[in-house]
Amino acid sequence: MDNKRPDPDALLATIYKEEKRLRRGKLKLFFGMAAGVGKTYAMLEEARRIKADGVDLIVGYVETHGRRETKQLLEGLEIIPRLKVAYRSTILEEMDLDAVLARRPDVVLVDELAHTNAPGVRHAKRYQDVLDILEAGIDVYTTVNVQHFDSRADAVRQITGITIHETVPDTLLELADDIELIDLTPEELRKRLFEGKVYTAERIKVAADNFFRLGNLTALRMMALRLTAERVDHQLQDYMELKRIAGPWKSGERLLVAFGPSPFSERLIRWTRRMAYNLEAPWMAVFVETSTPLSEEAQAMLNRHFDLARSLGAEVMTIAGENVSDALLALARQRNITQIVIGKPLRKRWAEILSGTSHVDRLIRNSGDIDVYIVTGDEAQGTRSNVILPSLPKIDRHDGWQRYLLATGAIGLVTLIDFLIVPIAGYQLVGLTDLLAVLLIAVYIGRGPALLAAALSALSWNFLFIVPRFTLQIFLPQDFALLLLYFAIALFAGNLAARLRIREQQALFNAERNMALFTLTNETASAIDMDAVLNTAVVQVSRVFGAEVAILLPRPAGEGIEPHPSSSLQMDEKEKGVAGWVYEYGRVAGRNTDTLPNASARYYPLRTPSGIVGVIGIRRRSRERLPFDQESLLETFIGQIALAVEREMLDEAAAQATLLRESERLSAALLNSISHELRTPIASVRGASDSLLQPGPALSEDIRRQLARDILDASERLNRLVENLLDMSRLESGRLQLKREWCDVREIVGVAAHRLETCLSERLLTIDVQFDLPLVKLDFVLIEQVLVNLLDNACAYTQPGTHIQIKARKRDESCEITVSNDGPPIPVADLERVFDKFYRVPGLNITGTGLGLPISRGLVEAHGGTLVAENCAKDGVRFTIRLPMIGEPPPVREALS
Amino acid sequence: MSSGPRVLVIDDEIQIRRFLRISLEANHYEVYEVGNGLEGISRAAQLRPDLIILDMGLPDIDGLEVLRRLREWTTTPTIILSVRDADEDKVAALDSGADDYLTKPFSLEELMARMRVAQRHAQPGPQPTVFTCGNVSIDLAHRQVTKNGEQVRLTPTEYALLRQLVQHAGRVLTHKQILKEVWGPEYMEETHYLRVYFAQLRQKLEDDPSLPGLILTEPGVGYRLATD
Repeated sequence: MDNKRPDPDALLATIYKEEKRLRRGKLKLFFGMAAGVGKTYAMLEEARRIKADGVDLIVGYVETHGRRETKQLLEGLEIIPRLKVAYRSTILEEMDLDAVLARRPDVVLVDELAHTNAPGVRHAKRYQDVLDILEAGIDVYTTVNVQHFDSRADAVRQITGITIHETVPDTLLELADDIELIDLTPEELRKRLFEGKVYTAERIKVAADNFFRLGNLTALRMMALRLTAERVDHQLQDYMELKRIAGPWKSGERLLVAFGPSPFSERLIRWTRRMAYNLEAPWMAVFVETSTPLSEEAQAMLNRHFDLARSLGAEVMTIAGENVSDALLALARQRNITQIVIGKPLRKRWAEILSGTSHVDRLIRNSGDIDVYIVTGDEAQGTRSNVILPSLPKIDRHDGWQRYLLATGAIGLVTLIDFLIVPIAGYQLVGLTDLLAVLLIAVYIGRGPALLAAALSALSWNFLFIVPRFTLQIFLPQDFALLLLYFAIALFAGNLAARLRIREQQALFNAERNMALFTLTNETASAIDMDAVLNTAVVQVSRVFGAEVAILLPRPAGEGIEPHPSSSLQMDEKEKGVAGWVYEYGRVAGRNTDTLPNASARYYPLRTPSGIVGVIGIRRRSRERLPFDQESLLETFIGQIALAVEREMLDEAAAQATLLRESERLSAALLNSISHELRTPIASVRGASDSLLQPGPALSEDIRRQLARDILDASERLNRLVENLLDMSRLESGRLQLKREWCDVREIVGVAAHRLETCLSERLLTIDVQFDLPLVKLDFVLIEQVLVNLLDNACAYTQPGTHIQIKARKRDESCEITVSNDGPPIPVADLERVFDKFYRVPGLNITGTGLGLPISRGLVEAHGGTLVAENCAKDGVRFTIRLPMIGEPPPVREALS
Repeated sequence: MSSGPRVLVIDDEIQIRRFLRISLEANHYEVYEVGNGLEGISRAAQLRPDLIILDMGLPDIDGLEVLRRLREWTTTPTIILSVRDADEDKVAALDSGADDYLTKPFSLEELMARMRVAQRHAQPGPQPTVFTCGNVSIDLAHRQVTKNGEQVRLTPTEYALLRQLVQHAGRVLTHKQILKEVWGPEYMEETHYLRVYFAQLRQKLEDDPSLPGLILTEPGVGYRLATD
């Protein structure tokens, strides 16, 4: 392989990093070995310089520690007022993140990056505030000491003996676009300390004897210098990769650290991170899940380690396997790992003592060309008595002893039975009965109790039944061999049976998990629309995790997200705010996280490869964190839901696009239709007016009148067309508002008929309204419009002298109005299509916009009714309007006078 | 020419004004025209016309506002011109004192009829007490209603309704106006009273109650009693 060629992935990563940096604000770190070296001072000096250059700079948060020089430098800078947070009995002051974001300056000064925020503000840590500010495209100047970096905290504790609680992830160091090291010799710093420039008088002595010891400071200074130097190397390499300068490409190391629920794992993770950083190698942290269940305490510790590894930039993974070393090696081979880091076990499992090999031994023996680092445990933490190592069998304290008691009881019972057997079958058979009991205990109670049962039963057999009875002595050598064999078989079989049982439970759990996932995927896949998908998602997540669930999706118009009605979790404005934050930043927040931990639920972004499509909020009945396997199942669930939501969104977008195409097609049809419909009357107006204007011999009075009549007719046609278009647009825009009143149907029919007097007078019109038809609640004007359209239609399709009948009846709970004529029937295939816009029954040369019937149907449907066309039994066409009759018309009263 | 009644036309559309001028002058009116509302108000004050034709859609101020300002000092009969889909505007104008309305496009015949009715109602002096339309005759002085010469028995409410229409024969009355006069101001929203009682009245008076020729419904606005 040509090692001089840059790896395309690495190049891409560099470009990506570069781009990401272009979009987000720049981070400048003023970096020092300890408090008092003058970081804040340097930062403020720099700030004044760039402000003088016209940069819009504000102070987000600067701590003066009462130092006069610092105060002087602050003068003239715009300071964002601090947020005051009531905590217990005091008021704590914090940076007002929202005010900073709202102010949108070019640069913000934020002192003390590692600061821990007061409870109740958005983020637990100030560096998270800084990340938000950077995200908003604002540059940040900040100060931090070397001991605050996660990967160094441990080393600092070892050097100084002081545990550092306020730490920031190392990723911030990488994120920094610029680092300014504020260096001072340890002697100078101690001088400053004694001059009272670092702490107030009463704290000087304590500080000088502890943290500020010369030796400490020298070590810290080395550390700071090295960190800066490493950083410079990195930058150089980034640059070289970006500019494709051939250089000393790193070896392509890949690290893997195995961790567990032991407190010692934290050190392992940090150690590996440091090594990975120095090697510039990618690294992964792996937990091997065995069939041994974990206590709640261990679970919590494990979760912390997962978070830590993730925050330090590791790829985090859980693999399953009974044999830790084999599982690790299999993964390592698969992922081309070059170095494995494991901890040195503090205690050996007694199975290991028996076999003489440990996981570590096996790992080393089988590792081949993979390097294995064994990191020793820390004295201070490692020797604590309650250490739980990943491979140690876990004993459940709460009901553990009860299981042993149960096993003992079972052996007692079997022994009683044995007394019955002995006289009939002899004492040899007792052994087999006991063996059966041990196996059953192994399967149903567990491995430990089975081992106890094996020992107990061996003892009781010997004592009670083997000759000489009621002594532990054995005379016959074959009895002795029998007992030994019995004990060995009981141990072995018990172990085997228990293992089988655990496998079975694991399989059961896996099956349940798969079933739950299958149900979710299947149901969301077959859901017909977004509502159905979300309902399914909410129901499934609630059922599997015992939680209230809210799903928030982007508002159709405008910004932000809103809870979907299917949500079972009620959210107040504050909770919605948390969800909004998650949507904006794409990170998990809420309960049991570092961001907005006071929220009552935990919020996860619904993330798909193409982006964040929404947020899901989950409030479990218990305040505990989910155990790891559940948490990863939940994450899988959320991934599935996100995909389903995205699929629905794409579907909706596609449907929208179809709708748009459809409406474009319709407007084309509309233009076609109206241009024809407009031209005909316009042509007649124009022709008639031209004739009237013609110079020359005066037209006869008759001809003049005829021409005027033509113009009048044309104008009426145009008017009707415009009215139709207006109705259509009102209907389609959704602006139609019904003015429902109690109306007399006979009256509506009368008005409609009156309006079409001219054409109806040439036909035989019958109006038949049920005598006692009650008032119906409807929009008078709109229903009249429907009747006018239907009558107009009837006139257009029939010859003078034919019949037109209007009938109104109460039928079931509807008011049924029919308009029928005895004109030509509509072809059956067209009975429904006549209600399509612009549709004309082919072969008929009738003028009209093709809008009258669709408008009528639209108006009737707006009333919750129906309009259908059918051919009459003999001849003719019947249109039937059905309008629901809801409620009783209110009573009427006589006028008083 | 100058002896006819004086009509002020307030409309911003020059074609409408021209058509009105030609048609009204042909019918012996003296026509004055203005193109906006404010000018319309001052011209009305100067001219003291016998009739005003007011378009609801004016470029400067709303036609309804012009009407209200006119009604502050004059009862000159005013007919408003409006477009379809503006039933609420029409009703508001009628309730604010307009005498009648026409929906564009309208026929000249309709306009002339409305103007005649409005002028007649504006005439000072006692109104005739007997009204006749077709085969129906109503004698307000004797509270007698006859059809084809035969007496029709009406309930007090029916009669009160009919009297309202007769007193404004040919003019449109809005639902509110009728309800307020007959039942009282607190019943102004009870339009279903009108549906029920007018149905009864039509049963008693119309030749064909399904195709009324006497009591006409103005959809979305109110009722009108036909004049011959």
